[in-house]
Amino acid sequence: MLKSLHKRHSELAQSKRQLEILSNGIFQNGDLLKFKDKIAESNQFPLRAKKLEILQINVGYMCNQVCAHCHVDAGPDRKEIMTKETMLQCLDVIKKTNAHTLDLTGGAPEMNPNFRWFVEEASKAGIQDFIVRSNLTIIRANKKYYDLPEFFKKHNIHVVSSMPHWTKGKTDKQRGDGVFNKSIQALKDLNAMGYGMPDSELRLDLVYNPSGAFLPGNQTALEKDFKKALLDDFGIQFHNLFAITNLPISRFLDYLIASENYEDYMHALVDAYNPEAVKNVMCTNTLSVSWDGYLYDCDFNQMLNLPVNSKVKHISEYQSELLEGRPIVISQHCYGCTAGAGSSCQGSVT
Amino acid sequence: MQKTYYDPADLKKFGKISDWNEELGSKFFEYYNAVFKEGHLTEREKSLIALAVAHTIQCPYCIDAYTGDGLQRGITKEEMMEALHVAGAIRGGASLVHGVQMMNKVKKLDL
Repeated sequence: MLKSLHKRHSELAQSKRQLEILSNGIFQNGDLLKFKDKIAESNQFPLRAKKLEILQINVGYMCNQVCAHCHVDAGPDRKEIMTKETMLQCLDVIKKTNAHTLDLTGGAPEMNPNFRWFVEEASKAGIQDFIVRSNLTIIRANKKYYDLPEFFKKHNIHVVSSMPHWTKGKTDKQRGDGVFNKSIQALKDLNAMGYGMPDSELRLDLVYNPSGAFLPGNQTALEKDFKKALLDDFGIQFHNLFAITNLPISRFLDYLIASENYEDYMHALVDAYNPEAVKNVMCTNTLSVSWDGYLYDCDFNQMLNLPVNSKVKHISEYQSELLEGRPIVISQHCYGCTAGAGSSCQGSVT
Repeated sequence: MQKTYYDPADLKKFGKISDWNEELGSKFFEYYNAVFKEGHLTEREKSLIALAVAHTIQCPYCIDAYTGDGLQRGITKEEMMEALHVAGAIRGGASLVHGVQMMNKVKKLDL
């Protein structure tokens, strides 16, 4: 199994080093425009936060997988886990916010020892769409997780799971040996519970990330191919596929540099820049909360240690009126969300 | 003067062929885009055909473009290689089938 960049003491484990790479080289010598200047061309700088719609909480970086492209640099060796105290602070906000979506992510959020308690408490707030981003294999990782599909159903959780391809080869290459077979079994478990079935209200969506230095294709076409292949080969059903672009940070940035694809990939992102996608980027309606309660415009900014530009820095200080209208913190990784049809945690944005 | 006949960066400039003949260039790209839209064949199937043809005509730009296009569409390397073998079989077969002509000639002239 791969080790996280942190465990390997890689210089790219440091967000400062990642930001240096993203700000220098081709973005310093005039080869490519910085994101700020690019969005200024269509009078969209500065991007500003709108009304909060999605509260995304990262409950910890610990994960049972070490995926090659992971922007969190998650893995079994990561010890950053949200405490119950911080969860209580989050619950205070969940109860008073008008956000329609609560989105729990990680790492593998289920590995947080207080995960089930947190879900039970948060579900009492009656949020319209309560997402848990499950990597699927956690459901089959250990007996104590086997009943997760039942638990999700009990709390009407919307399950969103990563699945980079409908074939074993491509999936295991990105997510680790054995991941494909376990994911298939977990999807069957979820289907058996009613998740993902055509008329079921138990939502099961899949997330597709390209397994290499290329951009995702058309989301609708990919969804069609995924649905056909998973149904034909395994009898598996799901609702929607979200095609997400890999952003050039953390382990994916490490891969891009090591494989000498970094410059070509950044050129591809900039060439595919779509000003229409800028209008709907997720950072303008999302707030990302880190394991230790600090606030970010998105999960990617969280990993780059780029906190919100606001007087309010921590979930315990949350005040919607102070966060609304804040200028979004940007760097060149943001090109990943504005390429082609755009990309967000909910897939394409145009 | 560049030192090689092909430069990968030139692929992005394909659209510029219209600069010197707007009317025909536009007609070509309109046709090109229409061809690759889903019809009786899916866009995915057309991408694989394009990849096979690209290798048959040995066009580096097309190989670059349709390998990337295939990856974006989730086409696997196994599928790509199978498509290339179809191209290879047709191309090889095209040589070998002319062997019948050679055999006919030999049979006619040889004792």
